[in-house]
Formats: sequence, structure tokens, C-alpha cells
Amino acid sequence: MKNVQNQKRANKSLPFFFRDEFRVSLLIILISVALLITTFTFDIVPPILNRGIQPATFPKALLILIIAMTLLICYLATKNPWKVEKKLPRSFFLTLFSFVIFIIVSKTLDFFLAISALSIFVSYCWGEKRLFYLLLVGIIFPIIVFIFFETILGLRFPPGIITNIYYS
Amino acid sequence: MDNLLLMLAPLFSSKLLLVLFFGTLFGLILGVLPGLGPTTGGALILPFTMTLDPLSAIVLLTSIYCAGTYGGAITAVLINTPGTPAAAATCLDGYPLAQKGEAGRALGMATVSSTVGGIFSVVILVFFAPILAQLAYEFGQPEYFALAIFGLTMLASIGEGSPIKNLIAGSFGILISTVGKDFMTSIDRFTFGINELTEGIGFIPVVVGLFAMSEMLTQSTLINQVFNRIALKAIKLPSKDDYKKTWKTILRSSGIGSFIGVLPAEGGTVASLIGYSEAKRFSKNPEEFGKGSIEGIAGAEAANNAATGGAMVPTLALGIPGSATTAVILTGLIIHGVRPGPDLFREQPDFLYGIFGAMLIANILFFIFGFFGAKIFARITLVPNKILWPMIFAVSVCGTYSLNQSIIDVWIMLFFGVLGFFMRRYGFSVVPVIIGLILGELVEGTLRQSLVIFDGNWLMFFTRPIALTFFILSLIALAFPLLRSRKFKKKL
Repeated sequence: MKNVQNQKRANKSLPFFFRDEFRVSLLIILISVALLITTFTFDIVPPILNRGIQPATFPKALLILIIAMTLLICYLATKNPWKVEKKLPRSFFLTLFSFVIFIIVSKTLDFFLAISALSIFVSYCWGEKRLFYLLLVGIIFPIIVFIFFETILGLRFPPGIITNIYYS
Repeated sequence: MDNLLLMLAPLFSSKLLLVLFFGTLFGLILGVLPGLGPTTGGALILPFTMTLDPLSAIVLLTSIYCAGTYGGAITAVLINTPGTPAAAATCLDGYPLAQKGEAGRALGMATVSSTVGGIFSVVILVFFAPILAQLAYEFGQPEYFALAIFGLTMLASIGEGSPIKNLIAGSFGILISTVGKDFMTSIDRFTFGINELTEGIGFIPVVVGLFAMSEMLTQSTLINQVFNRIALKAIKLPSKDDYKKTWKTILRSSGIGSFIGVLPAEGGTVASLIGYSEAKRFSKNPEEFGKGSIEGIAGAEAANNAATGGAMVPTLALGIPGSATTAVILTGLIIHGVRPGPDLFREQPDFLYGIFGAMLIANILFFIFGFFGAKIFARITLVPNKILWPMIFAVSVCGTYSLNQSIIDVWIMLFFGVLGFFMRRYGFSVVPVIIGLILGELVEGTLRQSLVIFDGNWLMFFTRPIALTFFILSLIALAFPLLRSRKFKKKL
């Protein structure tokens, strides 16, 4: 409890514009405004075909509601600041980076290869150095999952270097 | 009598028994592993249910739900980390009792109270779901709209964390449901020219992303965390003295859990916290709470398992999920072509009572598995995260891909994983997003159809007594946190 209070105090000592609550609220509002602008590009149904409200009306109302509530939490945060979150460790950013690598590899090379690469990379970054376990998570287990999905669900994985060899 | 016989049907089907056996086992494993749980597990197994008939599929999902909710207690008692959020309150007394060398006693009480709570809630489900379904015959589009709004406000009000943040998350969930072709006019919304988005954003990528992938990112920040594991010799059934001390608490928490479960909120998590605090309030020895009170364990565990049956009541009777896991079950029902609601009770009673019976059996099964296998299940927590999570990633990716065979779904899952991580980091619960997503179509559809009925006159909503009641209840639900905080400040 004391810890949380200390963290809150620490947060309050920062100028408001540098606090998490402001940055998070600003981000939500910016995204919401961008989406709100997008709703104005939706096609409009001619009055003769329109039943009830226009397709853009409901999302517009939702986005305005989100913006209003975000402003409210922002205002409340000036009185009751959020606790300061710990800095994110390197392992988090490496895991996040592995997601990006996964997307690139799955799109350009192979879906299975992407799973394997991510599994080995994440496991290694999280501290696993033993080769057997790296092979287990990166090759043996994905093969089991692959075959399981292929045979039980009759799933066809997207084409790629390895999957093409398997299917041919 | 006929209904009772229908409930026993799963006992006479070897296939259903096998599904129940597997579901309970799988649910227990999911419950034991911190970060996973019945919601993520249910979402991951959903694609596999396509190979099953509808009843087996839903039996599988419900048994995972029941067993997974209990499984969290094993980790809560032995490593002071709740396997599922619903077991958070169990840590408060379970772990201190285990530290005193009474881990077996703590787990015994958790197992018995979870089973009693679970069975109690199935009884509630059997009696109240048909009544609620009968009432739902009176509902038209405006009433369903008001009910969905009530559900969302309840979620914000009694869910975990800040009510405003919950409302934002719920609204965001509804907003996601608007992506794709508008169902009334076929006009594209938020598709940004991406063909795959015209069908909308699927439920599975969002659930797996928000729960499994965001948890993977959370675990990546905790890789140096060391758990103090307490060795379990054997699980012990509660003594006569323990029963004497706790039977009232178990019954009270079962009632509380079932009631909270019926309300569309975070089901077990909230139920266990209220069950725990009420156990403390009524206890003759409140000073023992937090130091290894057997009543504390009973109060929390009976309540969280009682919420399982309670949460199934609105799910089956109205098609409105009572928790995140029931949202997955609801999706399972829809995927298998079963439309929950009052007609289900009239047209497919065998299906429905089969589910009730299966839930009853699942509660008995997890008692047996828990009692004889807790020691083995406890060992599952020894699997290091650096091996476990890459494996979960592989299953998540393949599971998400399998439903529509779309790589875009996998990317959406990863996006929601990152989003879910930051949402949780800054105090936004991800459960309202799931409930909002599943209720989104209902909210918008009923609103627009109501406006057609009312010829665009919004005020007509207030001329319908049931709808008006739900709107008033929604206002009360919104005002409740405000009143609660003022009362709390006065107390201080």
C-alpha cells in the first residue's frame, strides 16, 4: 500500500504532460479522432433505402463516447494520479521484436519457419541456452502442432519454403 | 423428471464421457498454469471443436470452464500466484496456510468448497435459466437493446478496476464489432481497403491476442521472477472441525457466486473477492484472515466456482455472456449453429439439459482429479516459462489461423496481444473488450431495428416498461461505484 502511494507521489511530481495518464489519454483521443474522421468517409445510404440510422452514426456515437470518457479519466487523473509503471525490460522489447520478425518471415518465407524462428528466438532471449530444449520448442513441438492441425482439422497451411516441400 | 433424465444423458454416452474426461483434465492443466486459464484455453480449443457435434463441443468447453476455474486454486495455494484471476482471493489465505505446513488441508478445503459451489450453481442454472428464458419471450428489440446496455454498465460497475476505464474498454469492444460490412446496408466500415476486413474482425484472434499473447508479453517482463514453491505431500479432506467452521461460509459464498455469475461481469474474479470479504465479515475469527484462515479459502473458492453455473444462465437463456469464458462458449454455440435464447429451451431441451448434466459431472470429475492428482498438477507449474510460452505461441498461431485459414487473423491476434499488454499495464481490463465485441452486433442491431419500429423516435424506448426498467438499472449500476467510493471516503 505504502509502495503504491510512493509510486503515486512520484508520478504526481512529474509535470502533467509527462505523466502516463496524459500520454495514454492523448493516444486514445488521437486514435479516436482519426477513426471519427474516417467515419465521415463511409458511404451514405439514400433516404429511400435507409432504415433507422446511417451506418456511420453508431460508430460515430461510440467514438464520441470514448473521447468524452477519456477526457474524464484524464481530468480525474489530475486529482488522483496513476501509479508509475516500472520500466520495461529488454526481454519485453526482444519478444515484441520477435512478433515483427514473425510477421515478416510468415509473409515472405514460410509460416512454419516463422513459428520455429520465433520460438527459438523467444526461448533463447528468455534464458534458455540448452540446445535440446531450443530444438524441442523450435522444431519438435511446432512439427507436432503442424501435423496435429493438418491431420485432425485437415488444415492447409499457407505456401512457403518448408510447407511447399511437405505438400509436394 | 424428463429433464432430470436428459441431464443424465452424458453419463450414458461413452463419447460425451470421454469429452468430459479430456475437458476436465485439460481445464485443470490450464487453470494450474499462471497466465493461461479457461478463457484462453477455451479460445484455443474452439477450432478443434469443429470436428465434434454441437453437444460434445459445448460439453468440452463447459468442462474446461468448470475445471479451469478450480485449477487456479492449486497454484494459488502452492506458489502464491493465482492460476486464474478468479483464484486471486485464494492466495490470501491458501498460501499462508501452506507455509504453515498445511498445504494438503488448504487444497482439500479448496477442492471441496469449489465442488460444492460448482454443484450449487448448476442447480441454480437448472432452475433459473428456464425461468429467465420464459421471461425473455416478452422481450422485443428495444428490450434486448436495454438489456445489452445494462450488461455493459454492470460490467463497468462491478468489474475489476476503474468503471470509466471498463466503459472505454467495453465501447472499444463494440467499436471492433462494427468493422466490416454493415449488416443492414452492406456498406464497408473501417475496412481501409483491406478485403479480409470486410467480413469483420473475428472473435478468436481478439480473445487469443488479448489473453494469451498479452500474457506472453507480460511473462517476458517477469523472466527473472522466482516462485517459492511449497511441497505438497498429499491432499487432505477437511476434518469435521473444518466442516463445522466453514459450511455456512461455503453455502453463503455459493449463493453469492451464483448471483454474481448471473450478472454480466467478470464472473468468478469478482465473485471470489466478494465471497472472501463476506466470509471475513461473518467470521467469528476475522483476525485469522490473511494468515491462513480455512474460512477464507472456502469463501473464495466456493464463490468463484459458483459463478460458473451462474454465468451460464444469461448466456443460454438470453445469449448475453456472464463472463469472458462464457463469451467463448457463446461463440462456440454460434459457430455450431446453435442460437442461444428462449427458443433453445423449447426446441432443444435435450441439448440444453445435456450441458447442465455435463457441468454437474465436470464438477464431480474435477473433485476426483483434484483430490488424487493435485500433486501431479502442481508439478506442471515447474515447466519453465522459457519453454512453455513459445509452445503456447505455436498453438495460438495455428489455432487462430485454422478457423478461417487466414494469415491476417494471425496478425490481428498479434496486434491485440500488444494492445492487451498495454491495456493491462495502464489499468484497462481486457474482459470488457471481449464482452463488448460479442454484444456489439446485438447492441447496434437492436438499436437500429428499434428505431425502425419507433419511426426514429428515441423517446419511445421509455414507453416500454421492461426496457425502462433496464435503463433505470443501468443508471443505478453507473451510480453505484460513485456512491461506493463516497461511502468508503466517509468511513475513512
